[in-house]
Amino acid sequence: MKNRPLIFELGKKGRRAYSLPQCDVPRRNTKELLGENIIREEGPDLPEVSELDVVRHYTNLSKLNYSVDTQFYPLGSCTMKYNPKINEDVARLDGFTSVHPYQPEDTVQGALELLYAMDGMLSEITGMDRVSLQPAAGAHGELTGLMIIKAYHENRGEGHRHKIIVPDSAHGTNPASAMMVGYDVVEVKSDDRGCVDIDTLRDIVDNNVAGLMLTNPNTLGLFEEHIHEISQIIHDAGGLLYYDGANLNAIMGMARPGDMGFDVVHLNIHKTFSTPHGGGGPGSGPVGVKQDLIPFLPVPMVEKEDNRYYFDYDRPLSIGKVKSFYGNFNVLVKAYAYILSMGAKGLKEASQNAVLNANYLASMLKKYYELPYDRYCMHEFVLSAQPQKEKGVSAMDIAKGLIDYGFHPPTVYFPMIVREALMIEPTETESKETLDRFIEAMIELAKMADEDPDKIKGAPHKAPMKRLDETRAARHPVLKWERDS
Amino acid sequence: MSRYIPNTHTDIQEMLEKIGVSSIEDLFVDIPKEVRVNGNLDLPEPMWEAQLLAHMEGLADKNETIKQNTCFLGAGAYDHHIPSVVGHIVSRSEFYTSYTPYQPEVSQGTLQAMFEYQTMICELTGMHAANASMYDGATALAEAAKMACTVKSKDRILISKAVHPQSRKVLETYARFNGIDVVEFGYRDGQVAMDEVEQMLSEDTAAVIVQMPNFFGIVEELDELGELIHKKGALFIVSVDPISLSLLKPPAEYGADIVVGEGQSLGNPLNFGGPYVGFFATTKKLTRRMPGRIIGETMDEDGRRGYVLTLQTREQHIRREKATSNICSNQSLNALTAAVYMAVMGKEGLSEVGDLCLQKAHYAYDKLLQLDGVEPMFNAPFFKEFVVKVDRPVSELNRHLLSSDIIGGYDLGRDYPELEGGWLVAVTEKRTKEEIDMLAEKVGELL
Repeated sequence: MKNRPLIFELGKKGRRAYSLPQCDVPRRNTKELLGENIIREEGPDLPEVSELDVVRHYTNLSKLNYSVDTQFYPLGSCTMKYNPKINEDVARLDGFTSVHPYQPEDTVQGALELLYAMDGMLSEITGMDRVSLQPAAGAHGELTGLMIIKAYHENRGEGHRHKIIVPDSAHGTNPASAMMVGYDVVEVKSDDRGCVDIDTLRDIVDNNVAGLMLTNPNTLGLFEEHIHEISQIIHDAGGLLYYDGANLNAIMGMARPGDMGFDVVHLNIHKTFSTPHGGGGPGSGPVGVKQDLIPFLPVPMVEKEDNRYYFDYDRPLSIGKVKSFYGNFNVLVKAYAYILSMGAKGLKEASQNAVLNANYLASMLKKYYELPYDRYCMHEFVLSAQPQKEKGVSAMDIAKGLIDYGFHPPTVYFPMIVREALMIEPTETESKETLDRFIEAMIELAKMADEDPDKIKGAPHKAPMKRLDETRAARHPVLKWERDS
Repeated sequence: MSRYIPNTHTDIQEMLEKIGVSSIEDLFVDIPKEVRVNGNLDLPEPMWEAQLLAHMEGLADKNETIKQNTCFLGAGAYDHHIPSVVGHIVSRSEFYTSYTPYQPEVSQGTLQAMFEYQTMICELTGMHAANASMYDGATALAEAAKMACTVKSKDRILISKAVHPQSRKVLETYARFNGIDVVEFGYRDGQVAMDEVEQMLSEDTAAVIVQMPNFFGIVEELDELGELIHKKGALFIVSVDPISLSLLKPPAEYGADIVVGEGQSLGNPLNFGGPYVGFFATTKKLTRRMPGRIIGETMDEDGRRGYVLTLQTREQHIRREKATSNICSNQSLNALTAAVYMAVMGKEGLSEVGDLCLQKAHYAYDKLLQLDGVEPMFNAPFFKEFVVKVDRPVSELNRHLLSSDIIGGYDLGRDYPELEGGWLVAVTEKRTKEEIDMLAEKVGELL
């Protein structure tokens, strides 16, 4: 079968897709203007294609993707909920897209008002006192939050605190973010109910602890029941409690991190607040803090005085800037519209139905797969394909098998504390009919693992491609197209 | 129930029955009573669709736009033309409602488009490999500095004062928490002060960072600098304007080890500062030390060419605290935007954009210098942006221009007290001779 062409392979000299004006000012010699030495001998070898070539190429590429708009996408920990269309419409208004970040404050009052209102609404939802909207993604929020924690300790003369505790079920970004602010990572194991092991935590904690990072509900989809005790242990030792908001979709309007004792939270706007994931971004990762930590938030913050909004850069204890300008503003516009559409009641219903849908799936599937922590879950749950593995069918095989049923696979092999993990998050925007079809597919795959394992191992059969050789890609990296290759 | 939640009363009852509980409330039993929210959150009443639209239009209308005004403001974010095709492609929901392509069999659209993007970035910069995007130019630069420190096992970074102030501020934040020592060197007549670099460059320097063209729009001379840096065993990091690379030498040719930059110019709307896209490219030797997602070519079981996320053992989900970076979500859709933009412009188009910017910026520069009260600040070659010194406060000048629907240039005194009165003016291919003449006329009125 023929390879799909790359855009570079479609080109032909002299073909063009662009429209540009004639030069209406007197032309001068390029070399004289820039200097002979710095001029490029030949322009970059970009495609030379027609406008229709471009449109058809990318349109056809788009059709090779599974997406929320075309498929059920129960990718655990990613909250692949429906991305409302009205939010896309409002984000495309000129008054949001066509505004320069350095325009005078008086010309951007609408943008500032929106940012100020978002700060307030996200503070209310999380139970925090102020929120910075600057971080660009969840992991960037973690980085920012940990910088705030470090700056706080240093300011109190406790810069010696060098340990960040993370559970063994934590997202990989937690330890990686801790490393990026120079912290040492200490792992705490989970108990047999899937939560932080309190006794181990007590043993680990000492006066070198800067903080504990916790996802709650955790990556097993379980609520940390002993959150109060955890909070007390950490705070008694002088540490701070960090909330990874990846799973906030489980508890909106039901419980707030601020009321659980968390000092710093980050949110994943692209998960909980319905903004599209964009094939891997842009996201947005606001960071909320309690009163004592407000002075350390990044600059600028938006403030309001006499009905006028302005940027406040005069924040001497601030950690500084973590990103150009004010964050992924246009993503925040969509989230703002979402919150206004849903209201308090709607957000609560979203979380309630996300939890209901997950529990329904878990209860229907636990007869066919192993459910290592058999409790009510929150918005997601983790199955183990260990029984199938013993027959030669891995979690990855099940994942690829689901593709043939028209479903995007769940997250696999995460969290690492569950063997052959399949992490499933249906979200509240999926109907019972869709869930039932997914259940049926999962049951058929379990049966196939018993009766005809080879069939799954060849999956997917109906996808645009068969399984790809990832080992080959890593061993002999080909990271760009080369002419004549 | 919200239109985004399809469960009916009957659905809910049926599901509860299967689960074996009597109410949704029973599923929240693990959340201790004392942390439960009593009643409802204090949020505005929900709006129905038309009401929401009206509300959002109201907010949007409170902002002045570059469509109602003529924009001569740049300073790192530029009003270039965005071809109509770009918006149509990135609005395809198969692209924008998918996520990181963990399952390559059903993500070839995103994967191939990102592979093409990486190729284009390598083509512009002349580098061996590029990643699939960073949050923005500033964080890309900070991560480059961090990568250099890791690679070299050193913790000192030299950076030019003529690098974008926001990038330097972000670097300062990242560095402070990483134990990296950042030292700034100055400029002379708007260009890197070579003698200062020479003096400050020591054996414990991990990397030297410059911007090209620099924040003043000036084209630096970097051949010699590259040699000097390498002689001292440091890495050479260059932050570039991608549009300028249609005319200027690829940084690989003057010895760059890491090339980063802000990709907003490549088809991304100004968006009041974000989302933009940072690009990141490096040499063959350093490829495996790069942060971020990387797409690689491979084959499927039928021997067909396809694409996957690769070199993942660098990344947080595998290596945790030993990863090269913590980055997970990046700016994929903005990178796609950049790729589609570059595909539309192509080899000829991008060079024409570069040339139009160059010509028009020089016309504007000459025009402004004819006015009394406008003087040159520097005497060095520039690309699409230049500095002039005006003998009135820049804020006053910009206010005056705004009353004639012109968004004036950047006030350099904000970041460079020594350049008080410095006015940084950007001229893209969109500006017409007429608009430039009008700018000069209005400036002349005030000065």
